[in-house]
This record gives sequence, structure tokens and C-alpha cells, in this order.
Amino acid sequence: MDLSVRIGTLTLQNPLIAASGCFGYGVEYADLVDLASLGGVAVKGLFLEEREGHPAPRIVETPAGMLNAIGLQGIGVRRFIAEKLPELRARQATVIVNICGTTLDEYVELARILSDADGVAALELNISCPNIKEGGITFGCSLNGTFDVVSAVRKVTRLPVVPKLTPNVTDVSSFARAAEEAGADAVSLVNTFLAMAIDVETRRPKLSNIVGGLSGPAIRPIAVRMVYECRQAITIPIIGMGGIADARDAIEFMIAGASAVQVGTASFVDPFIWPKLLDGIRSYMERHHVARVADLVGTVDTGPAAPERSGA
Amino acid sequence: MPPVDVAAEVTSNQPLSADYNVLTLAAPAIAAAAAPGQFVMVKAGLGHDPLLRRPFSVFEVLRDARGAPTGISILNKRIGASTELLYAARQGQRLACLGPLGQPFVPVDPPVEAWMVAGGVGLAPFAALGESLSGRGVRATLFYGARRAAELFYLDFFRDLGVELVLTTEDGTAGERGRITVPLERALASRALVTPGAPPMIYACGPEAMMAAAAKLAMRYHAPCFVSMERTMGCGLGGCYGCVVAVRGPHGRAHHVRSCLAGPVMAGDQILWD
Repeated sequence: MDLSVRIGTLTLQNPLIAASGCFGYGVEYADLVDLASLGGVAVKGLFLEEREGHPAPRIVETPAGMLNAIGLQGIGVRRFIAEKLPELRARQATVIVNICGTTLDEYVELARILSDADGVAALELNISCPNIKEGGITFGCSLNGTFDVVSAVRKVTRLPVVPKLTPNVTDVSSFARAAEEAGADAVSLVNTFLAMAIDVETRRPKLSNIVGGLSGPAIRPIAVRMVYECRQAITIPIIGMGGIADARDAIEFMIAGASAVQVGTASFVDPFIWPKLLDGIRSYMERHHVARVADLVGTVDTGPAAPERSGA
Repeated sequence: MPPVDVAAEVTSNQPLSADYNVLTLAAPAIAAAAAPGQFVMVKAGLGHDPLLRRPFSVFEVLRDARGAPTGISILNKRIGASTELLYAARQGQRLACLGPLGQPFVPVDPPVEAWMVAGGVGLAPFAALGESLSGRGVRATLFYGARRAAELFYLDFFRDLGVELVLTTEDGTAGERGRITVPLERALASRALVTPGAPPMIYACGPEAMMAAAAKLAMRYHAPCFVSMERTMGCGLGGCYGCVVAVRGPHGRAHHVRSCLAGPVMAGDQILWD
């Protein structure tokens, strides 16, 4: 049984990646999860400098989901390389570094620095965080901005470049196309949906930032639809995510067109979810006689339903 | 020791009032490792709604007749979807319970006295702490405030440990009427007069305004003070950065630390309260 998947020049041993922003810098989980057993670990978004992020409350639970407005608190790229990367390397994690900038130059500088670091497998460009005012999302919400930041980073690194797209646009697939044209090796989607929750007793927003990003099972069908649409629009691999909570959800994303998947909110609920997901994928492959997990990608059958399968 | 996740059987659900209950959970591994002030992450139901686990202080460590740890209890107050389910939990039901997590209280030894300051559901970490202090021979007092007399719980438990009680209620139905920080301040002032230079250790847990007041009183009277912070947590493991508390950072700047890793017990004088 072959669980490996390819993302550009990178081969992942399996399609499961810990989602950025949901797994700290990976080291927090090193004693709980065998980091080497994951397809990849996407670490928390990094700027050049340290950032403190937003005040509490930063998260609030919503029906089958959660809102967050962390504000990209982070230790900055240099401290990451000095303090976190050596342990990730020692644990043999496949490290995907998520980078954020307020300017094009900051993305380029981050890409340069990380390309020289030992133990980085790929760069995920965060152009989609809904929770900071400047940078990031301003690139991700403009087709030209997306094209420019991807091509600028492309020029300075040999690492696979994977822009992470926002769902908070009218047509995600046009952004996927812009990323492909600019030389991206893959795209990842979706980041969280901009959302809001209000305490009706106090009439105050439940988050200090007023608005935040919605994740969890509540968003999964929308994310699946967006992966499906992007699969029609581009030829580079897609890393799909949004509310995956079990192996069936992960397989759904792959059938919709994702070559690999990221899991975030569900690992908050169950930090030991990873081997369960892998077992579930293996047993699905056995049951459906699938030898290579990559053979599932984009196999959704949208033709007329066969009479015996119509489910009536 | 890394935390463990157990499908803990609910061995009893004791209602204390229309809003409060104590759940006992069979979880020997967690009970054996837990120190007073640490917490567990409990999933209240199956399925996706409610989705996240909720943090609870380890209320009591339960033991069998020979003293071997068998489980823990949690003090629950109905305030949302998860706590509603936990209020109605049935004996025999299993709950996913991850722990022990976080930093425990820093203990003291005689002759230092310990003053615990609890507001409402903030009683949660003090049954285990009271037991531990009593075991160390530390003279302890519990300053405990609630809305009304019927919401002051486990008083006999603390009396049996030899913990002195100072009670307040908002409606005056038990103890002094008003806030618990009023008798706390009086006691600190009188202690400073009678035995200057021998302040008690103060441990506080409750509404943030109460903890802020307790921490500031402690600073004024030069008493060490640890508080148990309550924040909405996504994971309890440092993964989400959702549960931060603002503390004094390097160069006097505010710095956000994750209360699941740096806390929930933190030094009161390090927190930026306003």
C-alpha cells in the first residue's frame, strides 16, 4: 500500500499534514505525537520579527466550529531557526514553514533566510490570514498581489512554494490560477472564513479583535467545494483543508482534488488523532482496492448516477 | 510525564445546586500524576457540537481504601453548551479526559501560612491544594466568596482538613455581605501589624477582577501570590495560542504567554491586570 504523495519536488510519506496555526511550532507536540510519522508539519506563521498578536479573548466556540483571532503571535524567523528547527530536525519532521509579510520584500527576505536553513522542506506563503490588518491578506485578496508575491518568492528559492489561499473571495479558483501562473508548486486551501460572534447579553463581540476566522467541521462542505473548483482550474497539486475530523473527511478532500490534506482544529480536540487518521485511510484503501493513495486524487464521479447506485 | 488521554468513566455526578455539580471520573493515571493547580481537558459529548474540550482544574484526587489514586473530580458550573452537558452527565458514561496539564501551585511549608482566595467556581483548584497543604502541616485559611449561602460548597471538607474559613456572600445569606477581597484586605493589614515580615502565601482563583484585586493587595502587603488564570482554551497543549495572558515581558513591554503552558497558575505580580 503506497501512502506517499508528491507536492512539486517534495514527496510526503503520507498525505497528512498538521495545519499551520494549529500545531504551535511542532515541538509542543513532540512528546505526544511521532512527528516523523506525519506527512508534514506546517508550523505557525512566521514574520521576520517577533509579534505579540491580539489580546484575549482570542477564540470562541461556535456550532461545530470555532472562531479564532490570534493575530499571528510569533517568535520571528531567526528565533524559529535557532530554537525550534533543531528539535524538529532531530525528530525527523518534514517541516513546512508558513511565512507572512507586510510587504513583498518581507516575504522575499523570509524565503531567502529559510532557504539557507537546514531542515526546511517547503514554504507555505500565508497570504490569507483574516486577522491582521496589514499585509498577508491584502496580497491574497488581489489577483495581482497573489501573482506578485508568488513570483517574487519563486525567484529566490528552490524550496517548493505553496501559497495558502483565502476563501474570503468571490472565486478562489482564479487565485489558484494566478498562483500557478506565478510558478507556485502547489496551493493550499482554505484558510479560515471571516466570521463574527456576539454576546447578546452584553452586546459585545466575543473576540477582542471583533471578527475572526471560522474553522472546524462547520466549514468542511464549503472547503470541499472550493478544492473541487480549484482542481478544475489548475494542474499543480492542491493541499486541501477545512474541518477534517476523521479519515473519511480526509478522503473526501482527496477525491475532490486534494493531493494532501491539513488537519488543524480536530487535533485540538484529539491530539492523538494522527495514527487514527492513517489507519482509517489504510482501511478505506483496502476496502476499495486502492493501491496508491495518490490514485484517489480528483476521482470524484460527477457523471450521471448509475441506476444501481442512485441510492433511491 | 506527558499527559495521557483516557476515556474516563463517570463514577458519580453529585449536584450541588441548580448550577453546580461535582463529577468524579475514573482516571488512575491522571490522578497519580496530578499536582494541585493542574488541569484536565474534558470533551463533554460525542460528535462535533460542542466541538472543543473544556479545561477544568483537578478538584479532588480520589483514592481507594489503601490510598492508591483511582480518579479525580471536577467542579462544574453550567455556563455554556459543554458545561450544560457535564451538569447532566450520567454515571457510567465515558468522557475523554486529557491531563494532567499546566503548571501547579508552588507549595509552601510551615511556618509560612497559606491563604486561599476563591470566588464562585474558582473554588475548583482548592480542594486538592487544601489537602496537600494540610498534609504538609501548613496552617491554611480559605477566603471564599459566592453569590449566596446555597452556593458555598464543600465547607465541611475544608473544616475537616483543619482549614479556617472566611466566607462572604453577595446577598449576605452567609458570612460577611460583599466581596471576599474585603476580609482579605483586613486580614492582610492586621497580619502586617501583628507579625510584620511574615506574610502568608496567597493563592487565588475566581473572577478576573477578584484575582486582580487579590494580586494587588498581595503586592501592597509584600505577600507572594499565585493565581490560577481562566481562559478559553482550544487545545490545552500550546498548539493554538488561544489562551494567552499578558505579562511583564523583557524591557517592560507586554508579552503574551500561553496560560496552558506558562499557567494556569502564574505569579500575580507578573500579570498585566489592566
